[in-house]
Amino acid sequence: MNNLMIIGQYVPGDSVIHRLDPRTKITVIFFFVVIVFFANNLWSYSTLIIFALLSMFSSKVPIRFILKGLTPVWFLIIFTFLLHLFITKEGTKVVDFWIFEFYSGGILQGIAISIRFFLLILVTSLLTLTTTPIEITDAVEEMLAPLKKVKFPVHELALMMSISLRFIPTLMQETEKISRAQASRGVDYRTGPLKERIKAIVPLLVPLFVSAFKRAEELAMAMEARGYRGGEGRSKLRELRIEKIDIGIYIFFIIVAAIVFATRSYG
Amino acid sequence: MAKPVISFQNVSFRYDENQPWVLKNVSFEIHKNEWVAIIGHNGSGKSTIAKLLNGLLFPQKGEIAINGKPINEETVWDIRKEVGMVFQNPDNQFVGATVQDDVAFGMENRGIPREEMEKRIDETLQAVGMGEYRLTEPHRLSGGQKQRVAIASVLAVSPEVLILDEATAMLDPRGREEIMHTVANLQQSKELALITITHDLHEVVQADRVIVMNEGEIWDEGLPREIFSKKDELQKIGLDVPFITALAAELQKNGIALQREPLYGEELLEDLWTLYSKM
Repeated sequence: MNNLMIIGQYVPGDSVIHRLDPRTKITVIFFFVVIVFFANNLWSYSTLIIFALLSMFSSKVPIRFILKGLTPVWFLIIFTFLLHLFITKEGTKVVDFWIFEFYSGGILQGIAISIRFFLLILVTSLLTLTTTPIEITDAVEEMLAPLKKVKFPVHELALMMSISLRFIPTLMQETEKISRAQASRGVDYRTGPLKERIKAIVPLLVPLFVSAFKRAEELAMAMEARGYRGGEGRSKLRELRIEKIDIGIYIFFIIVAAIVFATRSYG
Repeated sequence: MAKPVISFQNVSFRYDENQPWVLKNVSFEIHKNEWVAIIGHNGSGKSTIAKLLNGLLFPQKGEIAINGKPINEETVWDIRKEVGMVFQNPDNQFVGATVQDDVAFGMENRGIPREEMEKRIDETLQAVGMGEYRLTEPHRLSGGQKQRVAIASVLAVSPEVLILDEATAMLDPRGREEIMHTVANLQQSKELALITITHDLHEVVQADRVIVMNEGEIWDEGLPREIFSKKDELQKIGLDVPFITALAAELQKNGIALQREPLYGEELLEDLWTLYSKM
């Protein structure tokens, strides 16, 4: 089986971050994302950067995986930096050369926004790097559980998520098989004008859909045969547990948040 | 004789009122610790029997009972605990993200506590020879391995009846052998009533009894040896006898009188090499 078959970006490991309850990770990251927008000076930003880097190093995920996660957003980070550089006309004029007029406010603002982006992406990608999709699904199911009271189908949603995750590699293998079968019958995916190439996808998608529906039907029957009758009265093999380490992380994070709020400038 | 585990009484079934009967007045009984093979051509109604036994379908006429308990809308959830089923496509019955999740699925549905699940996952995976694969994802398993996991997940809820509905049809010969071997062992150790549904006559040689289905009716019923002796008739309803049986029939046609209807290569071999001394 090739490397493409690894779903998501999960990097197996046994670090503190890997062992955290996924609910802890999601909660902390959620509040981190909120707090990032409150930071507005050197001290508050430094606190957040230290927190993010600490989590990154303690996750023991090789740097190249993290950088790979950042690649799609480099452009965005640089673009917003330049935007601020050119547009914001606050503070003193620092550079005045030909058509370029850079102000100190613009530079600082640009750096601040870039750091904000960087922090957001870094921390959220740490979640997907250290948590299996199935753990995330479990966490979502647990965290949405209160919504069951208003008849929100939490269990069904989680089951749908886990079954889709389970079938991604299967359908990828199938796509490959069909595309080879169609290529051997003369369908050309690689050359010709764009319109033709898009058309060539149709003979790939139709059989894929037909088989996906067939699979769904058979899976439903197999599940029923094994006694599936909805979420009620079900037990669960995988159990999420808040350990001491989770509580430790919560406390640590609250301290970080407190520092950010204490050091940020008001007014 | 003891009470049958499964009893089919004058069962008729059709999918829709406008459609022809798929099963016509079928009756049979299956006992504990018995291995029954149901064979038949496509559309002979053999798979419908499996679905009726599990309450996935209900008959229009007649009655089906498991351990004396008739199958109907109320009893169906209890019945599904007693009757485990393994289907044809290895991929389309694998629900869990990993092997252990899949084995747990049936148990989770029945609210079995966690500690008990852990124990049974170990036991059943050992029983099908997949003990080392607990955390493996389905796309890293072969078809035969997936089917063995499917068997384990059925066994985890300790049913009394195990139905294999063409469970080996999509496997290569090696996978097929793995499954048949696993199943034969389990049937012995757990005293299951085992029903294998197939159109492949190779798989019925080990069975205690064979039911041959044709066009919704029981065409014949008997020991594998008896069934195979009707080679020509079987071929007429679209079933091919195993090579050894066919070879034996040809030998007999050419005037070589064999002692019995051989089922296995070794049996034929023994008959042949002892032939001269008996002449």
